Amino acid sequence: MLRNHPGLHVPEPLCRPGDEADFSRFTIPAAGALRRPPVHVDPAEIRDFAFSLVRVLDDGDHAVGEWAPNLRIDVLHKGLRAMLLTRAYDTRMVRVQRQGKTSFYMKSTGEEAVAVAAALALDNADMCFPTYRQQGLLIARDWPLTDMMNQVYSNSGDRLKGRQMPVFYSSREAGFFSISGNLATQYSQAVGWAMGAATDGDERIAAAWIGEGATAEGDFHYALTFASVYRAPVILNIVNNQWAISSFSGIAGGEAAPFAARGLGFGIPALRVDGNDFLAVYAVTHWAATRARAGLGPTLIELFTYRAEGHSTSDDPTRYRPGSEPAAWPLGDPIDRLKRHLIQLGAWSEDEHVSLVEELARHVKESGREAEALGTLKEGKRPPVSTMFDDVFRDMPAHLIAQRAQAGV
Amino acid sequence: MTMIEAINDAMHVALEQDPQVVVFGQDVGFFGGVFRATEGLQRKHGIERVFDTPIAEGGIVAIAVGMGAYGKRPVVEIQFADYIYPATDQLISEAARLRYRTAGEWWSPITVRSPYGGGIFGGQTHSQSPEGIFAHVAGLKTVIPSTPYDAKGLLIAAIEDDDPVLFFEPKRLYNGPFDGHHDRPVMPWSGHPASEVPEGHYSIPLGQANIVRPGADVSVLAYGTMVHVALAAAESTAVDAEVIDLRSLVPLDLGTITRSVQKTGRCVVVHEATRTCGFGAELAALVQEHCFFDLEAPVERVTGWDTPYPHAFEWEYFPGPKRLGDALKRILEV
Repeated sequence: MLRNHPGLHVPEPLCRPGDEADFSRFTIPAAGALRRPPVHVDPAEIRDFAFSLVRVLDDGDHAVGEWAPNLRIDVLHKGLRAMLLTRAYDTRMVRVQRQGKTSFYMKSTGEEAVAVAAALALDNADMCFPTYRQQGLLIARDWPLTDMMNQVYSNSGDRLKGRQMPVFYSSREAGFFSISGNLATQYSQAVGWAMGAATDGDERIAAAWIGEGATAEGDFHYALTFASVYRAPVILNIVNNQWAISSFSGIAGGEAAPFAARGLGFGIPALRVDGNDFLAVYAVTHWAATRARAGLGPTLIELFTYRAEGHSTSDDPTRYRPGSEPAAWPLGDPIDRLKRHLIQLGAWSEDEHVSLVEELARHVKESGREAEALGTLKEGKRPPVSTMFDDVFRDMPAHLIAQRAQAGV
Repeated sequence: MTMIEAINDAMHVALEQDPQVVVFGQDVGFFGGVFRATEGLQRKHGIERVFDTPIAEGGIVAIAVGMGAYGKRPVVEIQFADYIYPATDQLISEAARLRYRTAGEWWSPITVRSPYGGGIFGGQTHSQSPEGIFAHVAGLKTVIPSTPYDAKGLLIAAIEDDDPVLFFEPKRLYNGPFDGHHDRPVMPWSGHPASEVPEGHYSIPLGQANIVRPGADVSVLAYGTMVHVALAAAESTAVDAEVIDLRSLVPLDLGTITRSVQKTGRCVVVHEATRTCGFGAELAALVQEHCFFDLEAPVERVTGWDTPYPHAFEWEYFPGPKRLGDALKRILEV
């Protein structure tokens, strides 16, 4: 933007509450338009990928172009199921939060493909370092919903002993690293994990996710520096869902350059992907994983998507953006798009879809009943209070033994 | 053996004994560290186990946390303790709490070594003592040696510990003991009993204080360089002080402290860090809680002033044997 006086440029979104939704500033290239480079490509040769958008599903729901991953139908079914289950789980968890059974919740509505497609493109043994809204990783890895709900409720079945806020999951077994509320810390830790794996000649790789807002944190830049320097086998994902609570992506620097372009200065291959296109997310993640496993180092992926609902149950997005914005998002809904693609392939139908949605709702409800039998934040069984003093250190030191006695637990 | 050689030797032993140990930080690889603490480690143990890093303290500690979660046992160097602040989020919010927030599923078996303290004309960016900040954090261990023998034994224990340990090295002691008499010739470690350092593996359990000078009149609680200052103050004042080297602040050997104060009835705490909210405040409070009816005088604190560490006036800032000696004489008059 040209200025006629020296002063502070404070980025503002094109529209605010009361305005019509406006995504005219986004250029959306046609599906299939981008070439698919070999995994050993020199990053300098694909600089344009940081400014474009890898898309596979076209407007007629066909998979087109070199990035089309030609997945087996059962993988597409698994992806659709995991995304639907993630949405059903989110819906239920918001309802129980509104009922006062837990303190807080964060939905991933509209972003389900980001986590689910990545989970299916990675090996189950690969280590994920997620931020919020990647609960689809756990669900796609068939992690029990009851275990997740127990964590949301901080009940007697919560393996984390009631220490973490809801949605701060952790599962070593599922390869899902503990979530931190201090943003971006997991990003550079993922690079450390990957460096450890590289040192051991381990075939496993690490993948990390960060919101576009948190790319402003120091840990983002540490991660890119170390990943580049040591060619760590890591996939660095930026989930650009356009909003960091009430701050639009321009406040994090997204107005000046796409977030993917952050990778260019580090010599890291950087790709922008339609984050609502299951096939595109799968294809690019698989490409990056192949690179990492071949010892070719890190890849930066910006997943261009939209946070269709509030930041959390404590947020009201109609206060800072037009209510019509989610419906106007030009890249559509990831579940609808994969569903239509499967129908177009003759591998799915509206009836099958309806009955799957019902089946998953029942599954979520039954899991919820199981979890609530173990307690909720407000009622029922909790972990013993004495466990509050456990795990500060491996062995409890004398001063904590004394404090536990003083607390009378 | 000097303290820097003992620290170097401890890392050699750790790298030899456990293939999961890795050492990294700014300048620690090829060059062997600006204080030479990692000299020869890369040559002997290979570039993948001992390597240089970008100048990014927050990144160094984050990488250590991630490597620790993978299964490695990282030992990292922060070149000066003054530079540790960019890494505090990773230390305080991450390393310290990883075991707790995952109920033991993951943990941070990392050791962060860092030279601290004044006495080398480092001004306010090369002289700080941040141990109190980290001792305040639940989940971190804070260890400070005062001799070559202790440095090797404590560092090996720190590296073998499954909890995150901050290992602050009094840089003024690297090449010789220092009792605060800055106007006297520099003393060498050779000839000092604690410079006899055994070869190979030994460790000193974290949380065991050392009574370096038994005495009857007053208990002096010290660590790092201040242990030597305390000995000099006792000698120059002829006060029969019992000097306790705490060795680690967390875990703290409260038993040794209380037994000593119950015997002497008086207590002076000495540290180089600024006074307000310093670790001396915690020690004074603990002594008050546990030894109130044995005390014959209020607990005294001799510390650095509540100012940044000045360049030209570091000897006026440094709590040397004169200031500590005055406190010892004063407390005996109460």
